[in-house]
Amino acid sequence: MAKISLASVKHSYVPKPLGPQDWALKQLDLEWSNGGAYALLGPSGCGKTTLLNIISGLVRPSQGKVLFDDVDLTQRPTEERQIAQVFQFPVVYDTMTVWENLAFPLRNRGLRAAEIEQKVKAIAHMLELDAMLPKRAAGLTADGKQKISLGRGLVRSDVNVIMFDEPLTVIDPHLKWQLRSKLKELHQRTRRTMIYVTHDQTEALTFAEKVVVMHEGSVVQIGSPVELFERPRHTFVGHFIGSPGMNILPCEVENGVVLFAGQRVQVENPPTGSLAGRRTEIGVRPEFVSLGQGIPVSIVKVSDAGRYRVVEARHADYRIKLLVEEGVAVPASNASVRFDPGHTRLYADGRLLE
Amino acid sequence: MDGKTQNQMAWLFVLPVVVLVAFNAIIPLMAVVNYSVQETFGNNMFFFEGVKWFEQVLNSDRFHASLGRQLVFSGTILAIEVPLGVAIALAMPRRGAWVSVCLVLMALPLLIPWNVVGAMWNIFALPDIGMLGRLLNDLGFNYNYTQQPLSAWATLIAMDVWHWTSLVVLLAYAGLSAIPDAYYQAAKIDGASSWAVFRYIQLPKMKRVLTIAVLLRLMDSFNIHTEPFVLTGGGPGNATTLLSIDLVKIALGQFDLGPAAAMSIIYFLIILLLSWIFYAVMTRDEEA
Amino acid sequence: MRKLGWLIPALYILFLLLPIYWLVSMSFKTTNEILGAFTLWPKKFTLENYQKIFTDPTWYNGYLNSLIYVLINTAISVVVALPAAYAFSRYRFLGDKHLFFWLLTNRMAPAAVFALPFFQLYSAIGLFDTHIAVALAHCLFNIPLAVWILEGFMSSVPKQLDETAYLDGYGFCRFFLKIFLPTIAAGIGVAAFFCFMFSWVELLLAKTLTSVAAKPIAATMTRTASSSGYELGLLAAAGTLTIIPGAFVIYFVRNYIAKGFALGRV
Repeated sequence: MAKISLASVKHSYVPKPLGPQDWALKQLDLEWSNGGAYALLGPSGCGKTTLLNIISGLVRPSQGKVLFDDVDLTQRPTEERQIAQVFQFPVVYDTMTVWENLAFPLRNRGLRAAEIEQKVKAIAHMLELDAMLPKRAAGLTADGKQKISLGRGLVRSDVNVIMFDEPLTVIDPHLKWQLRSKLKELHQRTRRTMIYVTHDQTEALTFAEKVVVMHEGSVVQIGSPVELFERPRHTFVGHFIGSPGMNILPCEVENGVVLFAGQRVQVENPPTGSLAGRRTEIGVRPEFVSLGQGIPVSIVKVSDAGRYRVVEARHADYRIKLLVEEGVAVPASNASVRFDPGHTRLYADGRLLE
Repeated sequence: MDGKTQNQMAWLFVLPVVVLVAFNAIIPLMAVVNYSVQETFGNNMFFFEGVKWFEQVLNSDRFHASLGRQLVFSGTILAIEVPLGVAIALAMPRRGAWVSVCLVLMALPLLIPWNVVGAMWNIFALPDIGMLGRLLNDLGFNYNYTQQPLSAWATLIAMDVWHWTSLVVLLAYAGLSAIPDAYYQAAKIDGASSWAVFRYIQLPKMKRVLTIAVLLRLMDSFNIHTEPFVLTGGGPGNATTLLSIDLVKIALGQFDLGPAAAMSIIYFLIILLLSWIFYAVMTRDEEA
Repeated sequence: MRKLGWLIPALYILFLLLPIYWLVSMSFKTTNEILGAFTLWPKKFTLENYQKIFTDPTWYNGYLNSLIYVLINTAISVVVALPAAYAFSRYRFLGDKHLFFWLLTNRMAPAAVFALPFFQLYSAIGLFDTHIAVALAHCLFNIPLAVWILEGFMSSVPKQLDETAYLDGYGFCRFFLKIFLPTIAAGIGVAAFFCFMFSWVELLLAKTLTSVAAKPIAATMTRTASSSGYELGLLAAAGTLTIIPGAFVIYFVRNYIAKGFALGRV
């Protein structure tokens, strides 16, 4: 197992990149420490698969270095990086049995039969595949096959990192939860470094200890799931994480006072310097908006989400979403909302003011 | 189930096809069946003879010999063309500008009229003035396909390999192209050797395509006529007289209607059997 | 070792081009040179063989005749195959599987079996020695082929397309012509290509059903070999010219060859 570092990595798929839009990955400096459970989260096209392929060696970065335990392996092929990967769709050797599939990577590395047997049995047990061992791999369901893919990575003790590229894509919805829990459990037991790429925030937030959020080729924020939820450092993160996402509302700042809709708004991070010429916005999660004295709104829609309701309100052209508990009345007219000062933050040019 | 709706009106859609194909298939076949069970002494008088022609053909040495030659021919070309085609497809790059060029050049023999293929090889292999013939004789081989049965067979086989291997290459390449990259990546990660990649990934995934290729080549080689006819005329003697050539000799050459018809039917039944296997394999795979 | 991988296709292509080269080089030699000496390329380059072919009607008519019946056959085969393939792809009807199998058997039929019967049949209806006769005869195996290919392509078009069109108020004909056909344009191209190919190269039936008026180039070539005493240069030139339409057609479908002729079933 190793610490993996990316130093000043940039990548473009175009031979002569002209502007920022030609770079799939803009300047990145990242470190993945030994044994961590990471998620690489972002919308389609944000560069996360490119990043994954650069780590695994399937893509050579246009610039920068990939280091495993401080050893530069940027030019080294996949085989030499001791990685394992689980793909979007199950990749198994159809003609072999489950046992042979799991034993395959060990056989290729010349391990002795007794060792192979022991390792395969252990991993099969961890993955709850014991009963399937003698069966043909082709006959398993999608989630079974993904387990085999994962198993082939776990049997090897020399694996530096196991990478998952949206592995639950073809899994039935009711099995996704099971497999997700299994992955988390496996990480706890084996403490292998795992990097999980996805565009689904639920998968990312439930699996990872640390989440790397990407947007348009750059890393926007790295933090624990709680940090990302409570203190998004970028309006994109606020908007992307949480369902519904954070309310991002344009505001004005005059003499240190934040104004929205002509009213003064108290924020958790009041501005200290001048913000002239910068785009200022306030961000507040629907969880922290409540009905009460404050900004006048008209109620557009009320959706029932079980134990609470999602209320969509409007002030002038701006949409404000808030969560209202069961039992609290939502007035049909003359409604107004207020923002919790402890959870309302000021953003300048999309970034949290700190 | 299969997304299709029940609709007997669909027969209207297939009617033109049925009419045209039936016209070409059923009417001539009816005539053939007629001839196969009748005897004529010219002057348009026919007498029912039952299975006499069938017995005659099935027991004739001539038929056995042609069938035997046909089996040897089909077996040999399959044994060469399929592995060779697969090997070439494997050796070709999966991407890149050269792929198009290669495939276009390889497809060329497939579009040459069959008589020209025969004529081309006829000239190419002439012992004294043909490039191949001259080369072989200069190298010390005693080669003359117009006179020696072995040389004739070798040339015939070489010609067919030259002509049809590209079909196997195109089909195999199509099959290979359909394999997602992820399989190769996973194999690399698992440390698999090239042989393991072939055996556990490429070959299994090409199974369907290869089945089509084998069956197509088997049946087309069974039906082959023009190329060997133009190349050797069936000779020297009847060393390279395959089933089709023999049949045409009897039918159009000797106008021996009875035996020709009986032989046609037997011939057709053999092909029918092979087609049925083809169809069964194809549709079984689809349901899988 | 990997680097030498390209050697195999390269050698194979060389093998393929050799007889073609020999034919082409012979077409530019005089028959005297061919029979008299063994030369790897024309010592005395001449265009007289090609001249003969382009000026003598017996020769160039051969090409025209072949082209005519091939084009007629391709048109007929594809046009009648389209509705039939649609039916196989979208509907279940009495005997559909058996019908499909029967069609397939015709593609596999030995032409030799039909040579004499066709001769009698087409003579009986007075179509002997016409282009339409050969075009119709070739339908025997080209129509099943076209149906097979088109059905494969059509089956990969989701039925929702049909249903949406009907909901939008399209009548069947308008839907088929304006929406469905453009969707399977690639399939039509592949089917037409294979029909052209098989009709262009098949010559037993073409020879059997013609004598003078619709004689294909193949028959003209065979006559030359026997009667005028082996005019090899002329023969070679004639042969070379037959390769050109094929090369042309391949060029047009080269992108599909690169994608591997996914016949929807392969």
